[in-house]
Amino acid sequence: MRRRPPVPAAARAILARDRLALARLITKVENRDHGVAPVLQALYPHTGRAAVIGLTGPLGVGKSSLVNSLLQLLRKAGKRVGVIGVDPSSPFSGGSVLGDRIRIDRDPADTGIFFRSMASRGHPGGLAAATREVVRLLDAFGMEVVLLETAGTGQVDVEIGAVASTNVVVLVPHLGDEVQSLKAGLFEIADVFCVNKCDLPGADGAARYLAELVGLTPRSDAWRPRVVQASTVLGTGIDELWAAVEAHEAYLRTSGSFEKGNRTRLEAEVLELYRERILAGAVAQVEGSPELRRLLDEVEARRLDPRAAADSLYERNHARRRPRS
Amino acid sequence: MARESRRPPIRVLIAKPGLDGHDRGAKIVARALRDAGMEVIYAGLRQTPEEIVESALEEDVDLIGLSILSGAHMVLFPRVLNLLRSRKAARIPLFAGGIIPDEDARKLRKLGVKAIFGPGASLEEIVRTARSIARPRT
Repeated sequence: MRRRPPVPAAARAILARDRLALARLITKVENRDHGVAPVLQALYPHTGRAAVIGLTGPLGVGKSSLVNSLLQLLRKAGKRVGVIGVDPSSPFSGGSVLGDRIRIDRDPADTGIFFRSMASRGHPGGLAAATREVVRLLDAFGMEVVLLETAGTGQVDVEIGAVASTNVVVLVPHLGDEVQSLKAGLFEIADVFCVNKCDLPGADGAARYLAELVGLTPRSDAWRPRVVQASTVLGTGIDELWAAVEAHEAYLRTSGSFEKGNRTRLEAEVLELYRERILAGAVAQVEGSPELRRLLDEVEARRLDPRAAADSLYERNHARRRPRS
Repeated sequence: MARESRRPPIRVLIAKPGLDGHDRGAKIVARALRDAGMEVIYAGLRQTPEEIVESALEEDVDLIGLSILSGAHMVLFPRVLNLLRSRKAARIPLFAGGIIPDEDARKLRKLGVKAIFGPGASLEEIVRTARSIARPRT
């Protein structure tokens, strides 16, 4: 074991619930600032206490409004709540309009809330690369619940499943025919389905259909996903939604699924960081090299296909370094 | 896919203080700043100075842009500036757009508003100014 390093000032500030320090540290984590590694390490033992509730679903189903309704309910119950709203970055300009704050009603003096908008910055899956670490910062800061709203997601954006402890998939009536829901992806990660905008016609049918679907979707545990209907306009169904979330959290803790799921999530995270590290190093090693330029000339002249060029780069630069097994 | 730039994006809060409900201008500016590669936190309508400052601090922005058409700028802008000062965040620069008479604009500049845009200001000019006044990252 290494000698335990002193706790960095930034970590002490987070544990002392310094909001400005938290805001600044989140920025550094987002910007992949190298100086934050010892701070994150020092804070890690103070994490793992918050319930991380993911809200995901297609564009415009009312995720932000539901977050606002849940926020009001949780503050009334005296819970300290962190909120992360992810919105997409433009693949063209890199810029982003982060609009999740618009839906949030709050007293700016209420220190029991910390809301942060995050741009996805090219990360696929409805989250940003740094989202997991920001969740952990809010956890270490003492937030009991973290509400994590993804960018509007498509069928394959299921990364939230590996980050949140309870996943709420938000849908609205008339999103598509039944075949849509037979397709793989989003529907498989739901612990709770929320049919939002249930003031619109078709909500009962959608909820009924989802309830039938739940019985047919295999799971790795014995939890049977609940289906609730909610309307943020009428203010109905919010209590039921939170009750369903709490029931799942309770199930996780009593069944041992939490530990099991947690280990899977941690493994995925370690492997992803490892992959990120290796990729960055491996790509940087060949980027701009004369060898790459030579290969590109060949590809451009259609003498070598792109895959053969990549194979050649790999063979020359990485394959030999592998230890023999 | 766009190449990821080495420098982190500028984060800017765009909000409408006060009670007027016309946010076309604010939205167009938000979009132009987005297209210039910035991360724009759009806080929307009817924001109090307290809400604006709290949002700016939580989001750790490098710049605040306020749009106002109600005529209450001489009350609301100094209040935002004072709150920023009292929260030790006076380093976050403030720019403004809307219907602001020249004489008021002069006074507001003296109070610390870094730039003021009236009707007819070009988006290029706003983007250029936003880039140049944004708080540099340490």
